[in-house]
Amino acid sequence: MAKLPKPEELAKVDYTPPKTSWMDTPVVIKEGMFCHGAKTKSLQTLGFPNARDWRPMDADWKLPENWKEILLNGIADRLKKYRSFQLFMDICVRCGACADKCHFFIGTGDPKNMPVLRAELIRSVYRKEFTLAGKIFGKMAGARELTLDVLKEWWYYFFQCTECRRCSVFCPYGIDQAEITIIGRELLNELGLNIDWIAGPASACYMKGNHLGLEPHTIVGNLEYMLDDIETITGKRIKPTFNRKGAEILFVTPSGDLFADPGTYTAMGYLMLFEELGLDYTWSTYASEGGNFGFFTTNELAKRLNSKIYNEAKRLGVKWILGGECGHMWRVLSQYMDTWNGPADFLEVPKSPITGTVFDHAKSMKMIHVAEFTADLIKNNKLKLDPKRNDHLTVTWHDSCNTARGMGLLEEPRYVLKSVVNNFHEMPEDTIREKTFCCGSGSGLNASEDMDLRMKGGFPRANAVKFVHEHHGVNMLANVCAIDRASLKPLMDYWVPGVGVCGLHELVANALVMTGEKERTTDLRGEPLPSAQAKEEKA
Amino acid sequence: MDLKNQLMARKSAILKKWFDAVAETYPDNTSSFLKKQKAQFTNPVGYTLSEGLEGLFDALLKGMIPDTVKVFLDSIIRIRAIQDFTPSESLSFIFLLKKIARQELGNEEVLQQPGMNDELTAFDSSIDELALYSFDIYMNCREKIYELKANEARNMTFRLLQQAKLIVDNQD
Amino acid sequence: MRALISLVAVLLLVAVAYGMAEANMRFLLGVVIPYAAVAVFIFGMIARVLKWGSSPVPFRIPTTCGQQKSLPWIKQSKLESPSGTMGVLGRMALEVFFFRSLFRNLKMQRYEGNQLAYGEAKWLWLAGLAFHWTFLVILLRHLRFFTLAVPVPVQMLEGLDSFLQIGAPILYITDVIFLAAVTGLFIRRVMLPQVRYISLMADYFPLFLILGIGVTGVMMRYLTKTDILSVKILTMSLVRFSPDASVLGQIGVLFYIHLFLISVLFLYFPFSKLVHMAGVFMSPTRNLAANNRWKRHINPWNYPVHVHTYEEYENDFRAKMKEAGLPVEKE
Repeated sequence: MAKLPKPEELAKVDYTPPKTSWMDTPVVIKEGMFCHGAKTKSLQTLGFPNARDWRPMDADWKLPENWKEILLNGIADRLKKYRSFQLFMDICVRCGACADKCHFFIGTGDPKNMPVLRAELIRSVYRKEFTLAGKIFGKMAGARELTLDVLKEWWYYFFQCTECRRCSVFCPYGIDQAEITIIGRELLNELGLNIDWIAGPASACYMKGNHLGLEPHTIVGNLEYMLDDIETITGKRIKPTFNRKGAEILFVTPSGDLFADPGTYTAMGYLMLFEELGLDYTWSTYASEGGNFGFFTTNELAKRLNSKIYNEAKRLGVKWILGGECGHMWRVLSQYMDTWNGPADFLEVPKSPITGTVFDHAKSMKMIHVAEFTADLIKNNKLKLDPKRNDHLTVTWHDSCNTARGMGLLEEPRYVLKSVVNNFHEMPEDTIREKTFCCGSGSGLNASEDMDLRMKGGFPRANAVKFVHEHHGVNMLANVCAIDRASLKPLMDYWVPGVGVCGLHELVANALVMTGEKERTTDLRGEPLPSAQAKEEKA
Repeated sequence: MDLKNQLMARKSAILKKWFDAVAETYPDNTSSFLKKQKAQFTNPVGYTLSEGLEGLFDALLKGMIPDTVKVFLDSIIRIRAIQDFTPSESLSFIFLLKKIARQELGNEEVLQQPGMNDELTAFDSSIDELALYSFDIYMNCREKIYELKANEARNMTFRLLQQAKLIVDNQD
Repeated sequence: MRALISLVAVLLLVAVAYGMAEANMRFLLGVVIPYAAVAVFIFGMIARVLKWGSSPVPFRIPTTCGQQKSLPWIKQSKLESPSGTMGVLGRMALEVFFFRSLFRNLKMQRYEGNQLAYGEAKWLWLAGLAFHWTFLVILLRHLRFFTLAVPVPVQMLEGLDSFLQIGAPILYITDVIFLAAVTGLFIRRVMLPQVRYISLMADYFPLFLILGIGVTGVMMRYLTKTDILSVKILTMSLVRFSPDASVLGQIGVLFYIHLFLISVLFLYFPFSKLVHMAGVFMSPTRNLAANNRWKRHINPWNYPVHVHTYEEYENDFRAKMKEAGLPVEKE
């Protein structure tokens, strides 16, 4: 008999655990774990510096001569502009509470994905250059030189963070890795070190109004397809309006909902709901993006992209703005928009024309989330709902990071969901609400070339879904986020086959009994309804 | 007492060693985190490993039903297939059991008993069988990743095509 | 290694203090260095806080850990997602006095989970809380050295702290808990590979320093005789800014080591991670109300930016827009 290989040796081939301290362990950039570098053209469109084509795997990143100076000046500048940054550089005690809270650490096992260590990557340079102790004691004080290796490490790990803020929930000082990643990415952006999946959509959004680069006629055309489908399902032809002056409400949603399944079903849901209400609203092709990939590059670009929403509301003379289902869109809207581009004093406090409810909590920003709007409708009995039409679905709810930890939108969507489906099961407690696990693809990391990274980062989320799938037969993962809708689908395909992904308003529209509709036989996806099936079997 | 009973009697010791050996294929500080294996949702990797190994062990002793063992193998390999392992490293965890089982038995000289040699060979063959299933599962996982990548690329091209068609529509 | 170097550094400090005390440099140890340390501490901390304060808070970015304030019939989580001053004060109080965020790790799992998995996190919370609270109590107890008549609250605190009535001198419970907590925190740091991996010298050094202060303090109280009367004469004279050098010779060496380590802690404090003591109050993810949507936050450095206007957009797409039947501003 041939001699068996020694497995414990085999297991360790090419895989030595970092015995050295993290500072002395240089970064190894691995395939499947990063996104392509940003293209020259995208960066030029946006007026970003140091635009060039470059490849992360190449040794030479074609950096400008004075890259170090640019970065250090950039840090100094941001220390003066952001108290958060200055404070988070100084007060971490490395207690380790955040270490195992990050989905990327849980999934990859890479110690540099512990939030504390990801922050130390930049903190170590801060100490070296900006603190007395670091200058005098150097490495003993946890300080290190900014080298090319360190720069590559920043790039690799700041694009392995989805800015989900889960770590900041557990930190005794509220240190928020998202804030550090945001600033880290700004610094990298000054060297032209963005990624294609972010810079591309951002430049499309700047020129064409949305991330996908849909031109005005394409938006209209795409919605036409959806209207055809709605007619097939309900027998009703809907005629939405675009760029219409004098409408009461401007509706803005992430453009992902206009193009790709299953987001399109959510968009169909909006169309049907608003039609049934007879809402006086308009879509805009100019402000056709709720999301904001600028937020993943620089604060300034985020503001530039965001400005379109208020500007368009002003041009059209609407009274207030209604926002669609999206995650980071709502972090940006609720914590940044009014500060950047407000005050929107030309608008009125949002007031539901159907129920008369005044949304006082949005009286400055003048914009409400569609889940709030619909929750209010249902609470006031303004919708005729038949949840049985969703009986073929057993649903669980995924809280999106940004709406959970950057807004606090937790109960509204649950209230809506429970009103439109009969079978609902929560995932385990440590994985929902403020402790929700990220999809692993947020903050512009939902490219295809980093699929391995996405599958690893999404594993804690998928694992919780798997649990309710096995124990309660859950077959649908609902959420209010366009990136979730796009990225949870492959995540489920890999980890929990048999679970679909949908937006909240797809389920609303399934259950919504519209006046004058024909008897529905299918749901929005064209799947036969359970009631229709039963009838068929009877006949 | 035959081999299977001997192994069953040492189940918890063997499983612990097996789990630790697998955990040690990860970096130092990660393996200690994985070893907190009972936190099903906050430490899904450690939990899945521990559940999967136990399932495999039971199956080896109580008779292998391919469909059952494949579920356990799948749960572990699906994780290792996307982590930083080469294919051989990913699957090596299965063979670790051969040595660990012998170590545990060897102390009491059970191995000298008559007929034990044949039983051990059979046990080894079952492990080899697991390994063969694992190849398939590993390939499935990697293919799935490429399929997901390709799907996303195709979706994007599809959008472009659709867009092109739209322009034609509008010109009509 | 990093722990070892830190330990050696603290032992060296002890040796320095011992040497100086023996070499009759007691005026330096008992008067000059403490004054300098306190001055550095006060001005250093003020400078640090002013530095933080000089960086503005451009955006209101609280981490919402509960339901937002929205529709009146939806119950807001007033402490986890505070929308007003009271809520923020409550949230900060929970954070500062009870380490609310660390406590989160405690939550048990409802399903097949096992509480053991959370044991470690629980210890971190408990040891952290015990350490900080006992440190505070011990500090307050020391007020008896700095006030002529011992204030009633301090007396009450001492009474409470010694309610076990063990030994002579009576054992203070906080002394025991304090030493145990510091030791526990140290053991945690070296035993958990994850935490060991992220630990710097700057994490071990203050632990050893504080442990040294605790041990010398306990030794003075329970093991060796210290001339408390002379100590009080010295401290009171320091408080009055007229140092009484006459008693310096009557106080034992141990006291000077204790005092020197405290001085080093005060000197070190403003330049180290220990500034979290003040920083925790300034963290924008915790100390701001989640009220952005109804109260506009002003960014002092907000500046106008280049935007792609509707006009430019329409110029780019006018023909296509008209063809698709979209309204345009200019024909």
